[in-house]
Amino acid sequence: MTQLIAKDIALNERYTSLFYENKEALEKGSSPILNRMREIAIKRFEKDGIPGFKNENYKYTNLQPIFEKKYQHIFEYKRVEVDLNDVFRCDVPQLDTYVVLLVNGWYYARNRELTELPDGVVVGGLQQVANEHPELVQDYLNRQAALSDDPMVALNTAFAKDGFFMFVPDNVHLEKPIQVINLMRAEESIFATQRNLLVAGKNSQFKVVFCDHTLTQGEFLSNNVTEVFVERDAVVDLYTVQNQNNQANSVNASFFKQEENSNLLTSTATLHGGLIRNNVKITLDGEYSHADVYGMSFTDKKQHVDNYTNIEHAKANCTSNQVYKNVLDEDSVGAFAGRIHVVRDAQKTAAFQRNNNVLLTDSAKMNTKPQLIIDADDVKCSHGATIGQIDEEALFYIRTRGINEADARLMLMNAFAHEVIQEIRVEPLRDRIDELVDKRLRGELARCHSCDMN
Amino acid sequence: MLTIKNLKASVEDKEILRGLNLDVKAGEVHAIMGPNGSGKSTLGNVLSGKEGYDDLDGEVEFLGEDLFELAAEDRAKKGLFLGFQYPVEIPGVPMVNFLKASVNEHRKFKGLEPLSASEFLKLMREKKEMLHLDSQLTNRSVNEGFSGGEKKKNEIFQMAMLEPKLAILDETDSGLDIDALKIVADGVNALKNPERSTIVITHYQRLLEYIVPDFVHVLYQGQIVKSGGKELALELEEKGYDWIKKETV
Repeated sequence: MTQLIAKDIALNERYTSLFYENKEALEKGSSPILNRMREIAIKRFEKDGIPGFKNENYKYTNLQPIFEKKYQHIFEYKRVEVDLNDVFRCDVPQLDTYVVLLVNGWYYARNRELTELPDGVVVGGLQQVANEHPELVQDYLNRQAALSDDPMVALNTAFAKDGFFMFVPDNVHLEKPIQVINLMRAEESIFATQRNLLVAGKNSQFKVVFCDHTLTQGEFLSNNVTEVFVERDAVVDLYTVQNQNNQANSVNASFFKQEENSNLLTSTATLHGGLIRNNVKITLDGEYSHADVYGMSFTDKKQHVDNYTNIEHAKANCTSNQVYKNVLDEDSVGAFAGRIHVVRDAQKTAAFQRNNNVLLTDSAKMNTKPQLIIDADDVKCSHGATIGQIDEEALFYIRTRGINEADARLMLMNAFAHEVIQEIRVEPLRDRIDELVDKRLRGELARCHSCDMN
Repeated sequence: MLTIKNLKASVEDKEILRGLNLDVKAGEVHAIMGPNGSGKSTLGNVLSGKEGYDDLDGEVEFLGEDLFELAAEDRAKKGLFLGFQYPVEIPGVPMVNFLKASVNEHRKFKGLEPLSASEFLKLMREKKEMLHLDSQLTNRSVNEGFSGGEKKKNEIFQMAMLEPKLAILDETDSGLDIDALKIVADGVNALKNPERSTIVITHYQRLLEYIVPDFVHVLYQGQIVKSGGKELALELEEKGYDWIKKETV
């Protein structure tokens, strides 16, 4: 036991010393808005350290082993010797998007300029925007994340220098989705810290698609934080496609704060990757706001995917709806923990949650834990979780119509995922994800783009 | 068409089929009747290739081939169709996609090109008209939320689309009102031709007023204990199954 504790301390010390040894490099080129939070954050991190099984919120996912590995840390933007615009082609034919590239957590310097953006819309790298337009950043950055008791969020705040930034002013509706391609690319194992900030002004609308990819086969560890502010009457869609190599591990924390009458839809599809932990915190902080929270994962080999949601109903008359689905093959492990917290006086809350899982082998494993904390009396809340196998009766029915067993299984697994896919509100993206999921289930998916940069 | 010799099957040490013999020739309609638990549905399932039966024994020849050598999907493609007593609901699989995949698998097996989307829709329209079906069913997920009658009509519709050589209809009449029963029976009759055989599994004689069988068999305790013409069904309706049970003892 003492040995174990000593090991924990050593691990945490490694990251705190890394911080103090590189404090100057971290602060260099960064806005004071980022720099003033760093030291507070590293102290916050020191208190709990890298979560292991002892941390109740991480009981199904021990992060320590992946943090024990040696990584290269990058404290300044590294020039990319090739033009990623030429190399990267997302082959979603009808998906007309504004494309933005990030490399190892850094905003790519040679991103094509986004022309045609409506007046006042700002899309760029967090580092640059924080330096050039601090007024767009200072009222938002860390306003949600600082309230978190998650040491991984604090670690991000201590180390973060760059990431994706987006600001859409009041009353602006951005028709075309913004597609943010997060590329991991390195010869050696690297550790990335990406910090994203998205702000939807009053009565504005936008859709963002995050695509997480690896361009090289190396080991990666990303510790990412995204803060999203959805002002009153705004409508925001945030889709994430996680498709990295199986040595790429990531911890992703997303915070959403919703004001009155706002509408949020977030949906995450996890295809390939190593250990992935997704934390989603939504605060319904204005009456009549609504959040749809969807997730699906398809895992095999030794993949480990843990989705952790926390929906806070802070004001009355808000609604939330969560559906998470997982298909687990081979030795993969999945987890879902979903918390709904209805605070005092958040009357007329309607909050629903469901988690359905299909295990394809005896060695696949799923942990699911719903948690409802209700401090108001006039609310409608429900949760449900199932862990099952492929329906043998349905399988036989399909086979009696001449469809072979493998195709019948695929049909059933696709149908299982369909409930989540059909909620995607961008049609070409919905069709594309449908296709990606089908390929993933067939075992034919390696990459979801025609990028040949390996 | 189909020759069954001494067919046996068990479930968890319980013998369900205990040496069943049946011979069905092309163009014939056979009715298999019997009390609950006599093995009627097991017969349909075993012939269609459902797994999970123990001590499967006997010989079943379908169009000159050993049926036991074929997987469920291959039996279907060779022309065997099972109309389910309880059609399975499959949420998330649109009926249209399901049927299209199914029809094209059958075509592939016959060495034909797959139907294009428009050809397929045309075929669907024709079959719906033939069966006097409303068009709503195909817009939904397979059997999902269908009423009992809709599910059975959907079975007949699938049969019409796949044009099997041998259709086994398992209690297709159960839970149907008289209008639905007529639609189902008309469908079966419309598909009748000298090349095509039907086995109607039923508990009641009612369906046989609409689908007139050439032969009626009584299944009891896993064996066919009595065979006759269509008048046997009437006799059963009148006297019930107790008469057969006594005779067998």
